[in-house]
Amino acid sequence: MRKMLLAALSRVLQGPAAAARPGAVSEAARVVVATRNYADFASEATFDIKKCDVHRLEEGPPITAVLTREEGLHYYKTMQTIRRMELKSDQLYKQKIIRGFCHLYDGQEACCVGLEAAIKSTDHLITAYRAHGYAFTRGTSVREILAELTGRRGGCAKGKGGSMHMYAKNFYGGNGIVGAQVPLGAGIALACKFFGKDEICLTLYGDGAANQGQIFETYNMAALWKLPCIFICENNRYGMGTSVERAAASTDYYKRGDFIPGIRVDGMDILCVREATKFAAEHCRSGKGPILMELQTYRYHGHSMSDPGISYRTREEIQEVRSKSDPITLLKDRLVNNNLSNIEELKEIDVEVRKEIEEAAQFATTDPEPPLEELGNHIYKNEPPFEVRGPSQWIKYKSVG
Amino acid sequence: VTVRDALNQALDEELERDERVFLLGEEVAQYDGAYKISRGLWKKYGDNRIIDTPISEMGFTGIAVGAAMAGLRPICEFMTFNFSMQAIDQVINSASKTLYMSAGMVPVPIVFRGPNGASAGVGAQHSQCFAAWYGHCPGLKVVSPWSSEDAKGLLKASVRDDNPVVMLENELMYGVPFELSEEAQSKDFLVPIGKAKIERPGTHVTLVSHSRSVGHCLEAAAVLAKEGVECEVVNLRTIRPMDVESIEASVVKTNHLVTVEGGWPQFGVGAEICARIMEGPAFNYLDAPAVRLTGADVPMPYAKILEENCLPQVKDIIFAVKKTLNI
Repeated sequence: MRKMLLAALSRVLQGPAAAARPGAVSEAARVVVATRNYADFASEATFDIKKCDVHRLEEGPPITAVLTREEGLHYYKTMQTIRRMELKSDQLYKQKIIRGFCHLYDGQEACCVGLEAAIKSTDHLITAYRAHGYAFTRGTSVREILAELTGRRGGCAKGKGGSMHMYAKNFYGGNGIVGAQVPLGAGIALACKFFGKDEICLTLYGDGAANQGQIFETYNMAALWKLPCIFICENNRYGMGTSVERAAASTDYYKRGDFIPGIRVDGMDILCVREATKFAAEHCRSGKGPILMELQTYRYHGHSMSDPGISYRTREEIQEVRSKSDPITLLKDRLVNNNLSNIEELKEIDVEVRKEIEEAAQFATTDPEPPLEELGNHIYKNEPPFEVRGPSQWIKYKSVG
Repeated sequence: VTVRDALNQALDEELERDERVFLLGEEVAQYDGAYKISRGLWKKYGDNRIIDTPISEMGFTGIAVGAAMAGLRPICEFMTFNFSMQAIDQVINSASKTLYMSAGMVPVPIVFRGPNGASAGVGAQHSQCFAAWYGHCPGLKVVSPWSSEDAKGLLKASVRDDNPVVMLENELMYGVPFELSEEAQSKDFLVPIGKAKIERPGTHVTLVSHSRSVGHCLEAAAVLAKEGVECEVVNLRTIRPMDVESIEASVVKTNHLVTVEGGWPQFGVGAEICARIMEGPAFNYLDAPAVRLTGADVPMPYAKILEENCLPQVKDIIFAVKKTLNI
């Protein structure tokens, strides 16, 4: 940011002198020329991706992936939007405009964007509480997400859910109880199988949740009944303050489904995530039953906004991941080095994204809180209006579904 | 028609009426149901509609709730409600709260049903009444049938309701036969959720009860009638939302209130009724403090004589009525 400011400043100061130099093309003109000349860019490129470890599978996902320019720009913009949205949430939380729990997803963007790239909008997805990224990829606007975080009437749940309870079409939250979303996901898969429309359910949980008993109960039933469910463990190495080594007798999360085949995926590489998910989706849709994917990823923030995230890991470790494995940087390098895009075009996207986030934040901080009347609503569905008791017998709220 | 057969009819009719309805639970399919409630249904509807689960309450309850969120209409059976404690997080946090948290976006049309409360000699871990626990939670509906008509009509209404409903049956009532009226035999017969029924009109005292205790109240009323005391017996039918208006109307008429339930006294159904009566118009019509009869405040013992004395008996109801009426 500072660098750009200085560059702009120097240009302004040089101004007339630079323009007067014969034969010189101004910086701005060069950028304009570059972005207008789409014929200069390649339309697609093929990349080598890391081979996935497999469990109970003859073969795994492909080790190369084709990325089109269009896809690349879309993935970049989506990941960047999520990154900036989460950083804005951090800011708003520190200003006490967001309250309660706030679990941020920055660092893990390749997971939610990669998953979405491999499935259809008619497929289903459910996750735990680190859900802002998924709310976005599943169709909720940044505006509605931020306004839900700030508890305003324009929030995707009218301000009644908060950070952990955002929902969208075919997106079942946003769930606060660790592990509880896993049986729910298998239930959604049961419905998919019943309705026979070739839909599947992606059921996500973390490395911490992976030790919940109900997940093993779910593995058993999903395998028994061949439910079209992809179990996805987002392993970001820490369950709150407990590292995987201290929590699990076996940290091979992709094998923990035992009789369920599994794949271990590089969760920082969006192409690896996408190809693995395509592979897994095909497995489910062909009626073979459930499959498990472990996405090895990393969160830059602590567990939540009340966790600085450095008492159980070193700043060096965080910095190392940022410099060597950042998902957005990895994609950016691929795009630029393979002529699918260039720095200037990507910078333009960054500017667009920043603008969108600023506008959304503006809305989220100025939209009013829900009206008090909203307190009693949504207790029952399709019920004639009735009265809900408030803190005393004399305070009553009307309830409509 | 016994309560068991009434429930079986209700299940059959609702499975036939809506293909999204299905039953899951332990032993519900090939065993015909642990208490034979689902007898014959698996043969008729097959594996897709009647699903035997492994012994995994938390898992299969979550699966049922997820299926409801995705458009099916599951009936999740607990072999007894004692085992629902394993899964109670899914009932409360996943089922009952989701419509509210999502501001109306995600409804959960599910029925949780099974036997609740004391049975005969099954010991402490298998005898708890959960009416108060589930009745406490907004977002849930909780029903508690007594007769065959209650069982059939409430189960059908619960399945057709778009909200999570907990239906608390009673194992000792399963084999009890009742007359089923012409109306109750119709395929569209529903008992409205949230409305109590006056089983026996009276003028001297209001007896409010739910489930098996309703029968004991009627027995006590018959004995007391011989002594000239006319009891009005109110069958709650629904624990949540509770039909307080019917209780109030009755108390206004009789001026005396006795509640009878099988669950423990503290924070129970009777306690709630007393609190609500105090807040409403009926308070001024009470000629004596309201009285609660409940299960004894201990885990249920096994020995017959001890178990019998842990639940309100007919003689206890008669005693309480006489005490209230000061006779």
